[in-house]
Amino acid sequence: MHVPDGFLDVPTSIGTGVVAATGVALALRGARRELDDRTAPLVGLVAAFIFATQMLNFPVGVGTSGHLLGGALAAVLAGPCSATLCLCVVLLVQALLFADGGLTALGTNVTLMGLVGVWVGWSVFRGAQSILPRRVSSVVPAGVVGAFVSVPVAALAFVLLYAVGGRTQLPLESLAVAMLGWHLLIGVGEAVITGLALSAILAVRPDLVYGARRVLQRRELTIREQVPA
Amino acid sequence: MHLLPAHTKIAALLCFVLVVVATPAQATWAFAVYAALLVVAVRASGVPFGYMGRRMVVEVPFVLFAVLMPFVAAGPRVHWGPLSLSEPGLLGARGLLVKGTLGVVASLLLASTTEPSDVVAGLDRLRLPHQLVEIMSFMVRYLEVVTGELARMKVARESRGFRPRSLGSWPVLASTAGALFIRSYERGERIHLAMVSRGYTGRLPVAHPLSASVAQWRLAATVPAAALVTFLVAVSR
Repeated sequence: MHVPDGFLDVPTSIGTGVVAATGVALALRGARRELDDRTAPLVGLVAAFIFATQMLNFPVGVGTSGHLLGGALAAVLAGPCSATLCLCVVLLVQALLFADGGLTALGTNVTLMGLVGVWVGWSVFRGAQSILPRRVSSVVPAGVVGAFVSVPVAALAFVLLYAVGGRTQLPLESLAVAMLGWHLLIGVGEAVITGLALSAILAVRPDLVYGARRVLQRRELTIREQVPA
Repeated sequence: MHLLPAHTKIAALLCFVLVVVATPAQATWAFAVYAALLVVAVRASGVPFGYMGRRMVVEVPFVLFAVLMPFVAAGPRVHWGPLSLSEPGLLGARGLLVKGTLGVVASLLLASTTEPSDVVAGLDRLRLPHQLVEIMSFMVRYLEVVTGELARMKVARESRGFRPRSLGSWPVLASTAGALFIRSYERGERIHLAMVSRGYTGRLPVAHPLSASVAQWRLAATVPAAALVTFLVAVSR
């Protein structure tokens, strides 16, 4: 779901554009810390991955299906700054090459998905991780909680923006309730897919998961004298 | 239109869409002019109308939203057959549909007359931060590869009898996503090493820098300029 052109008025669109530009500029600095000179190829490939997974349809039943939004998943896998850049580039490509999401609404879309979605998902993930025992196995539940929370919060941020710069007087309370209810459901799906995908990756290459690095570094190399029979 | 440098087209698109979004929803005739301008531009570009129509399906989700709007919006209501619709909701829905559609058609015109790599070069020319451009160029370059990988995984799953029908198929699909991430990331690492060994310093060399003549800028500016004149007339009335 991308916000199209003409949904919010011009001042709000410019405002979110400024917010998005600032956030992306900060993320660019942060990503250099996360990834040094490997930033461009790796973030580019992760962005291609996010774009491709959004084409993977998960059947919900009665002929409908949904897909992953990927903000929280990208944050846990690649780090929040890289994830913001990923989502920003994905949205840019979708707007310019696929006409999905308006060009004037690009700032709004980046703010909602690339900043709110990613950073809420990431902070909830970190919060949950600090409560749960420090093991690799707690990365998955923390990621699930992060993904679940990030979707309805992004929806609420949208309602907030609509309250500021919406074109039509919709009853805000019922809009909030409708958006929240619907996105809680989407959040459940997002959480389940994120959890399943995370556990699949952790089983094969736990070292690739940015959110698991802290836990992995605590592992010590042990040299076993006796080989168990 | 295929021959215009990409950065002039992107700038023209941005100006056109901004003008459309800024136009008050009541000025019906102004939107008719914008639509006519777009039709002329599509005509001149030689992109078949049917092709544009097929690619407009991205619009469907927000068309649904617009259709729902008159039912839930506040304000005085009009009765239309058995339905009770909100008047500002109807106006809002019409504005959203018209502006959204104009935006989609204009963006599609850019997308169908410009190569993805040219779009990236155009953004670079328009002074987008070069790191962002670099990320985008890698994404665009490997998009086909990654989506192709996903398509091959789909063929492999289905040739083994897998049918995604219910919630039970989620673990399989999610592990596909996981495998795709590992493959993409490892490919990224290999690409980085291969490029470093060929002298990559964090910035790709630009072989053919984009440049536009005054005449080309003037041609690209026709549609947004005409739209701007329409807008000014609509606002001053």
